[in-house]
Amino acid sequence: MADAVYGTAAVEDREAGIASRRRLISRIVIYGLLGLISIVYIVPFLVVFLNSFRTNIEIGANGLISLPQSFRLDAWPQAWSDFCIGGQCNGVARYFWNSVAMVIPATIISTALGAINGYILSKWKFPGSEIVFGCMLLGVFMPGQIALLPWAFTLGQIGLANSVYGLILVHCIQGLSFTTLFFRNYYVSIPDDLLKAARIDGAGFWRIFWKIMIPLSPPIIIVTVIWQFTGIWNEYLFGVVLNSGSNQPITAALVALSMSGTTVRTYDVMSAAVLIGALPPLLVYFFGGKYFVRGLTQGAIK
Amino acid sequence: MAMAGQAVSAGTSTWDRIKKWTPIFIIAPSILASFIYVFVFAGWTFYISLSDSTLLPSYGFKGFENYVSLWTNRRWSVAYNNLLFFSLFYVTISMAFGLLLAILIDQRIRAESFWRTIFLYPLAVSFIATGTVWQWLYNPSSGIQFLVNSWGWTDFQFALTSDRKNAIWAIIITGIWGSAGFSMALFLAGLRSVDPDIIKAAQIDGASWFRTYRKVILPTIGPIFIAVAVVLLQFAIKTFDLAVALTNSGPGISTTFPATYVYDFMFQRGEIGQGAAAAMMVLAALAIVLVPYSLYLVWRRRREARNG
Repeated sequence: MADAVYGTAAVEDREAGIASRRRLISRIVIYGLLGLISIVYIVPFLVVFLNSFRTNIEIGANGLISLPQSFRLDAWPQAWSDFCIGGQCNGVARYFWNSVAMVIPATIISTALGAINGYILSKWKFPGSEIVFGCMLLGVFMPGQIALLPWAFTLGQIGLANSVYGLILVHCIQGLSFTTLFFRNYYVSIPDDLLKAARIDGAGFWRIFWKIMIPLSPPIIIVTVIWQFTGIWNEYLFGVVLNSGSNQPITAALVALSMSGTTVRTYDVMSAAVLIGALPPLLVYFFGGKYFVRGLTQGAIK
Repeated sequence: MAMAGQAVSAGTSTWDRIKKWTPIFIIAPSILASFIYVFVFAGWTFYISLSDSTLLPSYGFKGFENYVSLWTNRRWSVAYNNLLFFSLFYVTISMAFGLLLAILIDQRIRAESFWRTIFLYPLAVSFIATGTVWQWLYNPSSGIQFLVNSWGWTDFQFALTSDRKNAIWAIIITGIWGSAGFSMALFLAGLRSVDPDIIKAAQIDGASWFRTYRKVILPTIGPIFIAVAVVLLQFAIKTFDLAVALTNSGPGISTTFPATYVYDFMFQRGEIGQGAAAAMMVLAALAIVLVPYSLYLVWRRRREARNG
């Protein structure tokens, strides 16, 4: 009897042992794969980060992908204010500030307009408002190439050719369809009853917007701001076509910098320059990651 | 609609009528801007594609000549063949890789958000920055080839960007690196939306891990596959930044894409008419993907509504 009890316990033990070993193996496989793939993801920008502190001589001797054996900070100030791009040796600072001057107003204006449009298209529907919304949606899919010539012509006519203001206008109108879509889809889920009560108390269009809609909106405002900020900061086509020389945004400067046909590549300074250009959206991503992903999935599946 | 109606019935003074029109006045400029952007601009480019514009826009009508010369241009045939080749591998591999990542992350792993952050950060970086960095890595005398050679494997060759035949793979690989995280995010959202009871039922029936995914979970997220494919195809058709930063259409013209072709002809070669014709083709390619997709969405919504 005792033997029998002991026997079944042993079998159970062994089964439990197999199960737990199998679990262990599957865990090793999962984390192993994740770790390997992570290396492929981290290495490219880690290398750039490390190289911005190495001397160019050392990079030339040991290659881009190797552990640093020297350390210096010079590359960063050089990239910022001395580096030569297209014959001008003032670094990326100017282009960086162009991007800042472009992205902040364009993000604020397009988000504000999107909020108001979304509010109207969800809570103040009028005959034909669904058709209007459908037409605005088409803007989401328009390829930039289609609008290049008309923009170049229009900006020239209104005196905004080759200026940061021109790019602000372009990004506001191009972003309008996205921001309207985000806010409209968010506001649709706010119950109409909430607004009805406010109406009975005599609240009008703007009061309902400020007192009811905006207090409920922080999540969608953050999603939209992050989406617009990263999108406009990273945009290249309009920046390179509509503006030239020292009026271009940072993305255009980075291309000019890596194309500039000097014989020796100054990887140290160029690495610092690329990081300066990539940093603002990366910071936004690391601090607002959750909202960034939400924007991504909402922007994709309409 | 109902609310606007109530506003009217509450009183019909002039003031009320003005108030009723407020929203329409406020949204009118946005509607106008969008209308100009979508219809007027597209129509304008279409008209230029039918004109005799060369260095500057000109409005002499010459019919479809620009389209004829576009489709007989060897560079254009390189461009659309590249687009087809790129789309095929970029879309399928990004999806497969993203699905793998999503399934791995879905295994109740520790520090999930840490892993997700790693795979998604390329999406916050511009394709220009990503392309520049990868262009360095592809450089045989300092990047990946140099590294492997220095390990002692001196015959190893990896010089995609200077090789006419394989340069497109440089763009495909970097493109996948940049957007696999995106398809991961969408697939993961899909996997999380599957009813846990179905999964439990399958496991009680003794279905293996692999079988549960293949037979139970993945079929229920079919619509996500289509959505991811459509979004990635859109990215592929618009491919411009990556091609510029990685290879600048070279070596020679071997990595020309439709979008880079538009840019070249409009602004480098002063053939605005033909550039506009190519831009219309980019628009047409997007329509070929998006029109059936929107019809499919409408059809699915109707079916869902009918089935309750």
